[in-house]
Amino acid sequence: MLLTTLMLIPLVGSIVVFLLPAAKVTLAKQIALGFALATLVGSVLMVLGLDNSSGGLQHVESYDWIPAFGISWTLGVNGISAALIVMAAILVPVVIVAGWWDAENSGRGTVKGFFALILALEVFIIGVFTANDLFLFYVFFEAMLFPIYFLIGRFGGLQRAYAAMKFLLYSLVGGLFMLAALIGLYVVSSRELGQGTFDYVTLTSLNIDPATQKMLFLGFFFAFAVKAPMVPFHTWLPDATAEATPGTSTLLVGVLDKVGTFGMLHFLLPIFPEASKFYAPVIIVLAVISIFYGALLAIGQTDVMRLVAFTSISHFGFIVLGIFVMTSQGLSGSSFYMVNHGFSTGALFLVMGYLVSRRGSKRIADFGGVQKVAPILTGVFLLSGLSGLALPGMSSFISEFLVLAGTYAVNPTAAIIATLGIVMAAVYILWLYQRMMTGVPSKEVEETVTEISRRELVAIAPVLAIIIALGFVPQVALNVINPAVDQVQTYVGVTDPESAVVIEGSGS
Amino acid sequence: MNVSVEYQALAPIIILLAAGVLSVLVEAFIPRTLRRPIQLMLVLASIVLAFAYVVINATAQLAGDPVTNGGQVKGLRQLAAGGAVAIDGPGMVIQGIILLVSFVSALLLAERQIDPQGDAFASRSSTLPGSEDERQFTAQGWLQTEIWPLYLFCVGGMLLFPVSNDFLTMFVALEVFSLPLYLMASMARRRRLLSHEAALKYFILGAFSSAFFLFGAALIYAATSSISFSTVAVAMENSSQDGLIIPGIGMIAVGLLFKVGAVPFHQWVPDVYQGSPTPLTAFMSAATKVAAFGALLRVFYVAFGGMRWDWRPMMWVIAILSMVIGSLLAVTQTDMKRMLAFSSVAHTGFILLGVISTSAAGLSSTLFYLLAYGFTSVGVFAIVGLVRDASGEATHLSQWAGLGKKSPWMASIFALFLLALAGIPLTSGFTGKFSVFTAAIDGGATPLVIVAVVASAIAAFFYARVIVLMFFTEPPVDGPSVVVPSAFTTVAIGTSAAFTLLLGIAPQPVLDLVINAGLFIR
Repeated sequence: MLLTTLMLIPLVGSIVVFLLPAAKVTLAKQIALGFALATLVGSVLMVLGLDNSSGGLQHVESYDWIPAFGISWTLGVNGISAALIVMAAILVPVVIVAGWWDAENSGRGTVKGFFALILALEVFIIGVFTANDLFLFYVFFEAMLFPIYFLIGRFGGLQRAYAAMKFLLYSLVGGLFMLAALIGLYVVSSRELGQGTFDYVTLTSLNIDPATQKMLFLGFFFAFAVKAPMVPFHTWLPDATAEATPGTSTLLVGVLDKVGTFGMLHFLLPIFPEASKFYAPVIIVLAVISIFYGALLAIGQTDVMRLVAFTSISHFGFIVLGIFVMTSQGLSGSSFYMVNHGFSTGALFLVMGYLVSRRGSKRIADFGGVQKVAPILTGVFLLSGLSGLALPGMSSFISEFLVLAGTYAVNPTAAIIATLGIVMAAVYILWLYQRMMTGVPSKEVEETVTEISRRELVAIAPVLAIIIALGFVPQVALNVINPAVDQVQTYVGVTDPESAVVIEGSGS
Repeated sequence: MNVSVEYQALAPIIILLAAGVLSVLVEAFIPRTLRRPIQLMLVLASIVLAFAYVVINATAQLAGDPVTNGGQVKGLRQLAAGGAVAIDGPGMVIQGIILLVSFVSALLLAERQIDPQGDAFASRSSTLPGSEDERQFTAQGWLQTEIWPLYLFCVGGMLLFPVSNDFLTMFVALEVFSLPLYLMASMARRRRLLSHEAALKYFILGAFSSAFFLFGAALIYAATSSISFSTVAVAMENSSQDGLIIPGIGMIAVGLLFKVGAVPFHQWVPDVYQGSPTPLTAFMSAATKVAAFGALLRVFYVAFGGMRWDWRPMMWVIAILSMVIGSLLAVTQTDMKRMLAFSSVAHTGFILLGVISTSAAGLSSTLFYLLAYGFTSVGVFAIVGLVRDASGEATHLSQWAGLGKKSPWMASIFALFLLALAGIPLTSGFTGKFSVFTAAIDGGATPLVIVAVVASAIAAFFYARVIVLMFFTEPPVDGPSVVVPSAFTTVAIGTSAAFTLLLGIAPQPVLDLVINAGLFIR
């Protein structure tokens, strides 16, 4: 019941906030924050209750839903999903505080609607990471789209309708292919077992013949690749983040897109091991292209929000790379990367949001010399940026290193090319810093850009603290993640090559 | 030959047709002012009574133990009227769906509050459009009740259509329900010329397709010396007359596929849906489709079941064309009713997936889809009828802009229906699609499911576009508004919405029902 309860907290919060009178603006925000914090406490308790010696599903609960189709309400977490849930539960209150005035500033929609949607989104986020019935997973996967769709379409910028629609259609199309594969998987299971099922654990034990695996794999992979997003299915992301409020972008890129990579790790590898190995070389090439292409386009952006979006595409390339090399370093690096990326991209989006809301423009050229007028804000910007370029000492460094080390063990070429991505990361972040923060402030910047406010600092400080803390003691997270990574390797039936670089604490 | 009539098994059909006769007498002898309440009582009561009989028949305790009565514990499974009618599980489910949908549609037809001039039907359908007579009758506020006898005959014919067990009974049933539909389609109060054109087109093409059906039946008779489905099925197995049988199957398919509105026999759908009075469109889009699919299932499972390797390729092509062309053309529409008409063509393609499976799962999933689609379709057209400006219904898409701001509740329910049509999880449409797709993959039609998925993606676009239009755009200055309907329409919309949600969230009882309905009897 723990996981269902964890979903009920934000659900109740969402309904309560939605039913408030429209005039009670402050109350709506306070209640939303209260429920978000309660969810955070709940999810921390959930992680503390995990048994780190087991990589299997824990806190499992299962009830029949539609027995005719073998569909059940089955929830459970392993170390990876638990870490992602905590990451999401931390980001939601952060986004609420950081976006305290976003609804008013958008000039459309109601304030209570904005916060009710964020809480509704949190319900589905927890659902999608805990669902261990594939049908249930699909339902949450689709349901998640709607709060985001309304958050972009209602509260976004000028091109919001276009961006929201593009986001929705890309995701729906991906989802439909997954649906076709899901039904195929169901039929396969009913042929093998006599009674079809969507239960995750049962499905991982099926012996699907390789040809069928390859077809079904593609259906799921397409949906996850759109969601992640990987080049060439990525074009919706920059549009969506450019139009969404910074808080929405944080949740969209920081949390929701992880569903794609989480799906690859949690569903594709264990259920379709042969197909995963078969397609791995192609996917590794796509991942390397994503790393490069994302970084290259990030360098060329003139809009700060789009720039952050492209850096994420590059980072998602690293995550996918680590998953499909299938070494323990790669897998635990990718899992840890998912958590770190949520925080570091979140921090970047939020600090960009602070700057954009002051200056009233998203164009990089409209900034310059901010460090003279707002030194603390600049410091926050620098820390977030350095986390984005994976500087040693930041948590993102550990995960990027693990991914590269894990890749090098089996595919040195890919690892070497991917390493160049780090150099490019330094270019886009430092050049961005130079253009926006250094130099002589223009008159507009002097007039509009003010120092970071207390609320803004309170919102972003915990994120930065976590980034640095995990950079020094990554074990806290890795100890939770690693048993689950071992389990994935067992499912796929791979072991690390002899020559693997052994890194203390990075799995077995 | 001594033909016995099993009155209880045939009761639903007899009740409706008898009520139809009674209703004609009411039109003839009861004073004008009293007609409406009496007719309405008659219609609703006969539908409820017929539904009660369907339930009684479906749950009847059978004599003997399960072994001697063919493993059936409950529910009739018998040939009636000398083998002309087959009352069995799927047949009764179809009858039940038709009656439920007809009841809800009757409520829409009875609505008299949303049009300031009265109801959705011409004050006197015998007057020429635009004539002085018409103006006078309208000004005097004349209201007709002549649709009710037509409606009862129509529903009665629909009840017979899917349980007919030979080609002639089926043809008679086809005409009994089609002719009233042609007439009712012509009776719109507003835009009467459009309505007349729709009715004429429907009539001519409908008559043409009926002729195809009859010709096909004649060819089958020539090859097998029988019109009864079970005899035809046996005779076909041993027949070498492929030159008669294959064209016969094709022509019967033309007749039936016309009624369900499958491509390439779909040309009437947009015109008729657009021109007919909207409450009637709601009825037609749901009930006609259910009845016609019921008949299609019976013919192709019972009579042509043994020939499935011959007709499957044809059905594949038709299913693919229906899904793809229906979805693509829906994208280009600017009129709400036409867009929904093309969406209904696409849905025909999805339902055909279940038919093609020719398995128990295919049958039960088709039945579920029909129930789900029937209610959603009635609901969606019910709301289309509510959005009006001074000149009547505002069906142009641009007029729907910003409706979510003016009447959030109605717009939300409409969005629910659209999501169900698009097949979004937790709505009835999703469960329906899921079950037919599963049946199709299990039946070896994986490529069809992939096409269906692509078509669904295209379809999702135009449904989503309407939702965006309603919620994310500013309403035009002199735009239409949502009229507040009377209790009739409110109940109809509420019921449809409830079914749409319920079949999405907790479909298990209904799934049990359609799975336990079993197979057709021969």
